[in-house]
Amino acid sequence: MALAVVKPVVEETAPQQKKAMVAIDSVTMSFGTFVAVEDVNLTVADGEFLAIVGPTGCGKSTILNAIAGLLKPTSGSVSIDGNRVSGIQNDIGYLFQQDALLPWKTAIENVELGLLFRGVGTSERRERSTAWLAKVGLKGFEQRYPHQLSGGQRKRVQMAQALISGPKVILMDEPFSALDIHTRHLMQNELLRLWQEERRAVVMITHDLEEAIALGDRVAVLAAGPRSRVINSFPVDLERPRDVAEIKLDPRFMDLYRNIWASLRGEVEKSYERRD
Amino acid sequence: MNVATERFIQLGLLVVILGGWQLGVSIGVIDVFFFPAPMDIFNQIISWVLDPNFYRHVTITLTETVLGYVIGTGLGVAAGVWLGLSRSAARILDPFIKGLNAIPRVVLAPIFVLWLGLGLWSKVALAVTLVFFITFFNAMQGVREVNPVVLANARILGAKRSELLRHVYFPAAASWILSSLRTSVGFAVVGAIIGEYLGASAGLGYLIAQAEGNFDAVGVFAGIIILAVFVLAIDRILDVVENRLIKWRPNAAEERTA
Repeated sequence: MALAVVKPVVEETAPQQKKAMVAIDSVTMSFGTFVAVEDVNLTVADGEFLAIVGPTGCGKSTILNAIAGLLKPTSGSVSIDGNRVSGIQNDIGYLFQQDALLPWKTAIENVELGLLFRGVGTSERRERSTAWLAKVGLKGFEQRYPHQLSGGQRKRVQMAQALISGPKVILMDEPFSALDIHTRHLMQNELLRLWQEERRAVVMITHDLEEAIALGDRVAVLAAGPRSRVINSFPVDLERPRDVAEIKLDPRFMDLYRNIWASLRGEVEKSYERRD
Repeated sequence: MNVATERFIQLGLLVVILGGWQLGVSIGVIDVFFFPAPMDIFNQIISWVLDPNFYRHVTITLTETVLGYVIGTGLGVAAGVWLGLSRSAARILDPFIKGLNAIPRVVLAPIFVLWLGLGLWSKVALAVTLVFFITFFNAMQGVREVNPVVLANARILGAKRSELLRHVYFPAAASWILSSLRTSVGFAVVGAIIGEYLGASAGLGYLIAQAEGNFDAVGVFAGIIILAVFVLAIDRILDVVENRLIKWRPNAAEERTA
């Protein structure tokens, strides 16, 4: 393959000045003989938005599930705010790719679930979840069931559900990939707006490089699976607040895109070769 | 076709069938020994319904049905949810469950009579064995088919095991369980009736068995019709319950409003 290997502009520069909220330390995840990811090291500072890109099937979601405690690393360790992850974490917010709302609960009942499980009283619960629904632009939709909402509206409810309890870390697994392009832009801006209000550490998985650059402070590139690992990490020095649609026209955005794509492209091609 | 027309056609069909039957009997084409005239059956039903003694039989059958139904579905749901959640328990018990389920339940009736006597409880036991497996398999399936993403989400939101049961597993299995509750009603009645038919001193099954013993086809037919009405009434009650419990389901909600 005659592909020029372009050196990335910046090598791994994990911001050490702020305290690390999520630390992934030489994590390997394997399922039987299949090794999904191998020796992954990543640090996410408090308030940092990390976007992880990689070809499909490279084990991106596996890393996220290890942080959430849904899966246990085969070797290595994950810690959140200095505490080692073992078992399901409750101080994280997880935004799933698929519909994860409980279909038998109304929008407001879904939003207040996290508070309910934490033992918050009924009136406070109602008050806070009503406020959160209004915050994501769904005032008046409290009593709707998920099937009575559009895809974008369901995503909004999911955001409110994941964020209401003020998690330390927000994990997102290709959260907007099932939405049409306009809804996706709207939701990305909405997400940035919410995140800007109260900056948390974010780990977002995506295969959409534009999304990764437009939203993230840093973009980590994963190699094609199996035995996927982090091959590069690029800081995104675009000022905030950002508008997702407009930022794509910024020349610095295009430079970044070119650089990261040079790194990602080879992996995408590899992953296609392996599949055939 | 609008509803009124459909109702009219339904009524027409009923009139044609019953009218034809009655006519066939009057002109002597149909032998009343095997197929008694609808009017006679109707009169028999009326005379039963007017007889206070008749309600003793209805009450007994109803008690057996309800007891068998409640105990059977209760055990079925509990066992189904348990085995749905615990894969290893399900694997261990699987051959036993299959074996038990393979026994034709009717042959158990004499054993239940032997164990529990000719009274109420032998019929209840028969109804329980019929109802249990239907609810059991459905509840187990319902719990196993819980959407894993929804489950993971609830766990991350902080649900403990009991909360998962209440907020995720039971609602997810509810539509499965309810559909099996529907099917079970018929089986509970079958259990009670067969039990009575094989040995009892009261109940609708006993009435039918007696009529049959006297070659009284009118009585048999009248008993059958009363049983059908009986099951339909219970079914109707379940309809209402189901609508209340799963109003969140898209097709359920839309079908009702359409």
